[in-house]
Amino acid sequence: MRDVELKMKERASELLKSGEVARVIGWKKGEFYHDPQPASFESVEELNAFVYNGFCGANLSKYLIQMSKKEGKTAIFLKPCDSYSFNQLVKEHRIVRENIHVIAIECQGKLDIEKIKAKGFDFVTEVEENGDEIAVASLYGNGAVQKDEVLLGKCETCKGKVHQVKDEEIILHEMQAGKKNRFEEVEKLEAMTEDERFAFWREQLQKCIRCNACRNVCPACSCLKCVFDNPASGIAAKANDDKFEEQLFHIIRAFHVSGRCTDCGECSRVCPQNIPLHLLNRKFIKDIDGLYGEYQAGETAEGKTPLTSYTEGDAEPNDVVNGEVR
Amino acid sequence: MQRIGVFICWCGSNIAATVDVEKVAEVIKSEPGVVYSVNYQYMCSENGQQLIKNAIKEHNLTGIVVGACSPRMHEATFRKAAESVGLNPYMVEIANIREHCSWIHKDMAEATEKAIILVRTAIAKVKLNAPLTAGESPVVKRALVIGGGIAGIQAALDIADAGFEVDIVEKNATIGGRMAQLDKTFPTLDCSACILTPKMVDCAQHEKIDILSYSEIEDVKGFVGNFSVKIRRKARYVDETKCTGCKICMEKCPSKKGLNDFNMNLNTRPAIHIPFAQAIPNVAVIDPAQCIKLKTGKCGICQKFCGVGAIDYEQKDTFIERQYGAIVVATGFKPISLDAFNEYGYTENKDVITSLELERLMNAAGPSNGVLVRPSDGQHPKVITFIQCVGSRDTSGCGKPYCSKICCMYTAKHAMLIREKYPDTEVHVFYIDVRTPGKNYDEFFRRAVEQYGVDYIKGMVGKVYNENGKLMVQGSNLIDNEQVTIESDLVVLAAAIEPEPSVRKVATLLTASIDTNNFLTESHAKLRPVESPTAGVYLAGVCQGPKDIPETVSQASACAAKVIGLLVKDKLKTNPCVATPDEMMCNGCSQCANVCAYGAITYVDKEFRLGGGKTEVRRVASVNPAVCQGCGACTVTCPSGAMDLKGFSSKQIMSEVEAICKM
Repeated sequence: MRDVELKMKERASELLKSGEVARVIGWKKGEFYHDPQPASFESVEELNAFVYNGFCGANLSKYLIQMSKKEGKTAIFLKPCDSYSFNQLVKEHRIVRENIHVIAIECQGKLDIEKIKAKGFDFVTEVEENGDEIAVASLYGNGAVQKDEVLLGKCETCKGKVHQVKDEEIILHEMQAGKKNRFEEVEKLEAMTEDERFAFWREQLQKCIRCNACRNVCPACSCLKCVFDNPASGIAAKANDDKFEEQLFHIIRAFHVSGRCTDCGECSRVCPQNIPLHLLNRKFIKDIDGLYGEYQAGETAEGKTPLTSYTEGDAEPNDVVNGEVR
Repeated sequence: MQRIGVFICWCGSNIAATVDVEKVAEVIKSEPGVVYSVNYQYMCSENGQQLIKNAIKEHNLTGIVVGACSPRMHEATFRKAAESVGLNPYMVEIANIREHCSWIHKDMAEATEKAIILVRTAIAKVKLNAPLTAGESPVVKRALVIGGGIAGIQAALDIADAGFEVDIVEKNATIGGRMAQLDKTFPTLDCSACILTPKMVDCAQHEKIDILSYSEIEDVKGFVGNFSVKIRRKARYVDETKCTGCKICMEKCPSKKGLNDFNMNLNTRPAIHIPFAQAIPNVAVIDPAQCIKLKTGKCGICQKFCGVGAIDYEQKDTFIERQYGAIVVATGFKPISLDAFNEYGYTENKDVITSLELERLMNAAGPSNGVLVRPSDGQHPKVITFIQCVGSRDTSGCGKPYCSKICCMYTAKHAMLIREKYPDTEVHVFYIDVRTPGKNYDEFFRRAVEQYGVDYIKGMVGKVYNENGKLMVQGSNLIDNEQVTIESDLVVLAAAIEPEPSVRKVATLLTASIDTNNFLTESHAKLRPVESPTAGVYLAGVCQGPKDIPETVSQASACAAKVIGLLVKDKLKTNPCVATPDEMMCNGCSQCANVCAYGAITYVDKEFRLGGGKTEVRRVASVNPAVCQGCGACTVTCPSGAMDLKGFSSKQIMSEVEAICKM
């Protein structure tokens, strides 16, 4: 990844120097090696803090809603999965394509620091991808771990390594797609009885502290005024149901992003309570696929979406019995 | 503070027999905001309306709730009454305590409790109502008729005679429909073609009628007075403007083995063909599945012989878009498939035929030139057995639960015609009941029995099987209480009829409702029988329910009267319950525009103040109130809740839900 990082920095510097773009959105060093932060760089000097490593899991596309409104062009580094969110935002007219320069970058799957820590490495100072293996350097010694075992949850079921949009690319090595079927976990939930499923979600959702991180990171949650922040919506109060705390917040949110969620997995990645929120969205995606035909939000920035258009092949209400396609 | 008046109607005994109206009016009196509450025998009567008007004036009411029948029935009545004394008509709410309550409950205590809840719900809503004013929209003075059978033809002619432009869209290559396939018509036995084809010609020659044959409806937008319809003109591979109908192509076409669907597949026709002699338009069409040139690229004989250069193998489907004020659906019917009826041996025996096939066999222009012969060997059948109700009145699940209505009469007609033309033929008819109401209908049936000696056997057939080339019809004779087996040469099945399957697509495009049997639903079974619940859409012929030619023609003319009544108006009042976006919350995401079936939503870039002297240009939704039909699809699609519907705001609906849940 070091070579990729260098190349990215070089290119960002060129773009800023030439005045082609007014800012570049990427990642800057965090407090630790494993917590790089999304950042906007407006000068070559600022690029000193630029980083791109195995922990740059954040999806940057949402920042464009604000950034691309500013004067001048904005360049952004997008991993393959982030490019879906980008297209979806263009489709919803939240960002203006012409004002943005998309640099497609290499991604070998991003890493979960907690999983690496669990492998016995604390104070990680550097990681380097080496095929299926990850070389880990830490304050307490160096070693190697199997990549499959330390990937972020969202990268385990990677949608693929093809950028859906780009103006140029920085890809130096071959990229490998994830191996897991992303609907496997959903199928497990579907196989449960209603009571089991209720118990599962009650246990998960009661962990919620309503920090709103999932909503704030979600590229589909980009409303000017969120219904949960709007007392007049009549929803804000309903999200706090006393029977099973926070049950409605996440369920309402899943409904709001249904048909628009690209399954970028950011909600689960940022959840401090490790609630598998992506499963709610994935269930919707799976059902939409089943009822209206395969659909991947963000594959293109144009075209009709299954939930806001009608075709003759659409499922009729009576085709759907107890949530199952007949 | 609002001053609400509540008016509880007895509807004679319709409501009062199940709901304690006295108690409802009494309990509601103590609801916050209610200043007047009363019950009355017939609120919709002149006196009832006067009672409402007086109360509005005397008590300075700001809103009223009428607990009565469905708003579909009398909402307009009560709105008009309110308006006449100066109360905005949209300050009237109906609590449906008849259809939603008294008619479906038996227990008085329960029904009364529910009625109180329903009235409370309406009160919760009316408190949030705001006065609304209806706008106006222009009417496009042109009608669309979907289907060119006798229903469509009659409707088109009547509308056109009143001076309005009409387009007939027919999916087949010619207009004429099922009636063109019939031989004679009951109860007068006049020739079907002789009475139909002049009307077809009238259509073709009428300066106000445009026939779009071999075309289908692709998309419908808009609303009553302003429909915009996309029509697919299917490639017929023949230039309609050049073809003279000389039929030389039909003679020369080497691919002659296509099944002739006009003759119910009883004989064959060339790949390039004109469906029948009097087809309108009299223009050939190529069946692409059969044409050698279109399939393999080699042939082109018809093109060589066509004297006017009308053949165009490169022709593609084209689309046209036209505007209409009103739409008549006249998509007709087809006999049901008999695949599920093994007991009659239809698929195994060539000599077991349907009545429509018999029509073609008896028709002078049919496959046997009008000579009645057995399809299997071309011999004249000596014993013919008719079986009625094949798939009609069938609750087994194989057929249709309804009576197809036309079979008793056409079977009597067939029996009579056969006995008339071939007196040496023995004719038996198995029937469940003979149903022949209608002017001169029963007389017609009795003639078949009494004058023509047709043997009517009350009973059903259990089985038809082939024994040494004879068709054995095994059934019961309920009058004589015995089992009978009739050795027959020909068996004719009166197959049930069902709506033409393409009606589902048409209904969906028009958002016209359809019942479980795929018949289009009328607005009111008795009082609005030719109108669809979708404003501006009218129903003619079998697409609405089984009916014969006289009834179909009457219904078509009734449709025409309704359409003319609409098209003579220059403007229609629009529904003021339209969507409006809160621009401060609108994301400009276009989801509402995507779901809007009427194209009422567009987007504009608008400058907004951000404070501190700064401004921002944002893309926001804008609703054209003249086009919006108030369906509410946008309001539920909007992720931020920026879109709301006047008269049915999310707040109003939530307050209704809360009123129901409060209990």
